[in-house]
Amino acid sequence: MSGKLLSNLGKLWLALILFFLYAPIIVMAVMSFNASQYYQLPFEFSMKWYEKLTGNAEIIDAATRSVLIAILTTIIATILGTAASVALFRYEFRGKRFLQVMLFPSIAIPWLITGTAMLIFFFGVGLGRGTPSVIIGHVALALPYVIVVVSARLATFDETLEEAARSMGADSWTVTRRVTLPWISSGIIAGALFAFAVSFDQFVVSYFLSEPGDSTLPVLIYTSIRKGFTPEINAISTIIIVVSMAVMLFAARFSNFGGER
Amino acid sequence: MSGALANQDRLRIFGLLSPAYLWLTGAIFLPLSAMLYFSFLSDVPFGEADWFHTTENYQAFFQTTTYATLLWKSIKLGLMVTAFSVLVGFPCAYVLAKVIKGRSREALFLLVILPFWSNSLVRIFSWAIVLRGNGVLELGLNVILPFEMDVNLMFSTPAIVIGLVHSYLPYVILTSYLALQAIDDNLIDAARSMGANKLTIFWRIVLPLSLPGLLAGTVLIFVPVVGSFMEPRILGGRVGTYFGTVIEDQFVAVFNWPLGAALSFILLAVVLLILALASPVLKRAQT
Repeated sequence: MSGKLLSNLGKLWLALILFFLYAPIIVMAVMSFNASQYYQLPFEFSMKWYEKLTGNAEIIDAATRSVLIAILTTIIATILGTAASVALFRYEFRGKRFLQVMLFPSIAIPWLITGTAMLIFFFGVGLGRGTPSVIIGHVALALPYVIVVVSARLATFDETLEEAARSMGADSWTVTRRVTLPWISSGIIAGALFAFAVSFDQFVVSYFLSEPGDSTLPVLIYTSIRKGFTPEINAISTIIIVVSMAVMLFAARFSNFGGER
Repeated sequence: MSGALANQDRLRIFGLLSPAYLWLTGAIFLPLSAMLYFSFLSDVPFGEADWFHTTENYQAFFQTTTYATLLWKSIKLGLMVTAFSVLVGFPCAYVLAKVIKGRSREALFLLVILPFWSNSLVRIFSWAIVLRGNGVLELGLNVILPFEMDVNLMFSTPAIVIGLVHSYLPYVILTSYLALQAIDDNLIDAARSMGANKLTIFWRIVLPLSLPGLLAGTVLIFVPVVGSFMEPRILGGRVGTYFGTVIEDQFVAVFNWPLGAALSFILLAVVLLILALASPVLKRAQT
């Protein structure tokens, strides 16, 4: 087989995969503009499901809560995560390897297990279900991502810059604030966006930790789907997916995780 | 820098690290320990009910075949989803890393992994709209095909597999792509100039060198799929009972938390076993 044919087949394969990945999302988005409640065709354009959304207090309430939780999670996880990354990068000390390994459980253990464990523990210490518990859980899930992303940026840091600053008389706090932090700022922004995405899209842990009637948007969608589909869910789902993809596009810009520069 | 750290440095390290790790301790490690403890209780230790230490929650797993059967069903689902993802995703990663050149590669790579960072629940829901009877897939196929066909994949095992492959495919593409990209093109050119054909190059050079990345991807897919419950619930309906959904039930419907904790720990043991088996290969992938 000629190389040209093979490479064209490969490109076709890639195109098919992209179709597979995006087609259902596009169908969902299109259907959210369809007038028929039962997704019936022919397609008839209508904004009525979006209009209905604006009057749905339950959904708006949950959306507001989701965004607030995501913002708080982002702030906390970014600050704690950046501090930890700087320490892990800057200093050599015993147990460092162990600390790095300790980041993996919250990524590698299925959320079903972490989520139910949190539920048990938070009940045990008297915190119970509710928004504070959700935030505590989300921060724990987002922290490792922030540390990984910021550390990756730190790894590209040229230490001679710090030496230069130090030789010109800057103390270590000034060096950190004026040299190190500006350099890793793009990594911090990317880490923050990842943290936001982890929290905003998180379903499993929120599901076990949020109180009924006081839930986040994904949890509300899950309970509504199980009662039956409505185009209103399509509409809010379309909004969610547009928001989270936009956040990730920004994160990609700042972290350039395409691997190349 | 010499061996002993100055006191000031030690204080600074502690100050920088302790907030993050205290948080992880309080939100991940203590809860996991609490769950282990709970799994040996007869009832939840709050409220009026009497409780005592027992191993009956673990015995329950072995007494009937129900739980073991469901765990095996979940493992089979994990294997199936992983196999499909590898078969579909690895060639795709290869095309991205070795066939497509220049600026479009970065954009295409981003397009492939972008859905992975969007809401998984919403993506599963989008499949429900496509797969249901009288849905878009059926209408689409009937337009293309010359004969009428009933396609109602909704609430079936294929629907669950399709949804899960869609959810986790980007993982294996991502890890394989990173490994494939690291293979030096000169190595492939050298083999070709010495007369190796495409198949030989693939089996002897490309596959062995990208294997760590590929395996990392399979672990990243298999582990969450074995513990999945939301996808089988939405796309599987009545056939969607898996080990994960049984655990979910113990916490949100039946309220038998100690049994749920024991089942969670059995699942965790399976997951850890898989991670341990894969770790020698994964370590090589890191370096």
